[in-house]
Amino acid sequence: MSFWEYANPKRFMALSSAALPWLTGLTALVLGVGLIWGFFFTPDDFRQGSTVKIIYIHVPSAFIAINAWLMMLVTSLVWLIRRHHVSVLAARAAAPIGLAMTAIGLITGAVWGQPMWGTWWEWDPRLTSFLILGLFYLGYIALWEAIDDADTAADLTSVLCIVGSVFAVLSRYAILFWNQGLHQGASLSMDREENVHDVFAYPLWTCIIGFVLLFITLVLLRTRTEIRARRVKALISRERMA
Amino acid sequence: MPDLGTYAVPVLSAYGATIAIIALLVWASWRRGRKVRAELHALEGRRKDA
Amino acid sequence: MIALLIRDLRLAIRTGGGFGLGLAFFLIIAVLVPFGVGPDSAILGRIAPGILWVGALLSCLLSLDRIFALDFEDGSLDLLATAPIPLEGLVGVKAISHWLTTGLPLTLAAPVLGLLLSLPEEAYLWLIASLLIGTPALSFIGAFGASLTVGIKRGGLLLSLLVLPLYVPTLIFGAETIRRGAEGLSTTTPLIMLGAITLGTLAVLPFAAAAAIRVNLR
Repeated sequence: MSFWEYANPKRFMALSSAALPWLTGLTALVLGVGLIWGFFFTPDDFRQGSTVKIIYIHVPSAFIAINAWLMMLVTSLVWLIRRHHVSVLAARAAAPIGLAMTAIGLITGAVWGQPMWGTWWEWDPRLTSFLILGLFYLGYIALWEAIDDADTAADLTSVLCIVGSVFAVLSRYAILFWNQGLHQGASLSMDREENVHDVFAYPLWTCIIGFVLLFITLVLLRTRTEIRARRVKALISRERMA
Repeated sequence: MPDLGTYAVPVLSAYGATIAIIALLVWASWRRGRKVRAELHALEGRRKDA
Repeated sequence: MIALLIRDLRLAIRTGGGFGLGLAFFLIIAVLVPFGVGPDSAILGRIAPGILWVGALLSCLLSLDRIFALDFEDGSLDLLATAPIPLEGLVGVKAISHWLTTGLPLTLAAPVLGLLLSLPEEAYLWLIASLLIGTPALSFIGAFGASLTVGIKRGGLLLSLLVLPLYVPTLIFGAETIRRGAEGLSTTTPLIMLGAITLGTLAVLPFAAAAAIRVNLR
């Protein structure tokens, strides 16, 4: 049996309906453990004090925000190449989650930056790129909402997603260039790989896994909704024809 | 409750905002899922009657 | 294809729409900014590169939805799509005619507005160069955005939302070129990057736009 079997809406519905309760439980468990561990049972950083606890939501949400777009790119490509409806509907389902995660990343970053950097907002390359990513999500969602015909909307948003991906990467490097033009290499962002100690790393990884599970659960749930919404639309138009 | 020291407000507001956004997202996804499912059931029921 | 270009140019000039409107908008932005910022010429000179680029970008945006919308409404887009020229070529011609009616006049008007904003003297050459190299990218990206939204009634606002994030790299390199020029630094890198973006959009985006139009005409 091939992987593409699950592109059949009926099979997808059956599998996702069986998997959803388990996934929901697992998500709640892992996310709960990770967040409680991070919030209650980790020491304060000697420089950042208790604000270090924000890392347990900031990093996972940023991780999801970027990878949700990547997932949308892949599923859009699958739709354009193999014309599997479930694929493009999953991309549609993922976009609002990505937008929400981008918002969480920006908000938690601003709240952390205020006491640490002394400013809510800095035109740092990372922050700026994230803002642009949020705009891409907005545009993608708005295009879906604006087009009536489902297949047309699917095709056009997929094309937008692909072109947008190229420009998102381009913007990332342009922004790096632009900021160095102002600040001569002075970067405010911390080097996470080297700075994070094991005491922080284990709960952080738990939280990342928890956020990934949350993302998968929500995508499945929302994709099921999109598939049903599509069927409703098809049935209504069939009734009108009859 | 751990002692958050001087940074209690930022830490708590960050967690609060995150939980609020995620709760909103989950609630919106769940509600729309229910609405669409009910709509679909109603439509399919009507088709069987006819 | 040349006949098509001439037809589009004639239409743009005779209907008067985007041709004068973009220019007037650009002028108004350049006039309004000093009122908002204050008449200090040192500050104005510093922000002039950014203002001029943002102004050019917004003026470009104004006329984007005309690229395909009028032809789509009266059905000539269907005819053009079945014409013996490839759709990709059609997109290219449309983008070029958009550039000739907006990007080029904006470039020519920019130095005058630079005077109003007390742009430093060394920067004028780079102002013209960066706009000349950068604005075609604006037209081609805009043509792609317009091809996505061509089937949507009143898609103008959506078009801006889609296109503006795509304009970020062009804007960064364009404004950076002038800023460096004004400060007497080397402008080679941003100018080359700007040229690369323009050539890249010129080569790739007509295909994406043509695909979007085919979907919209289906």
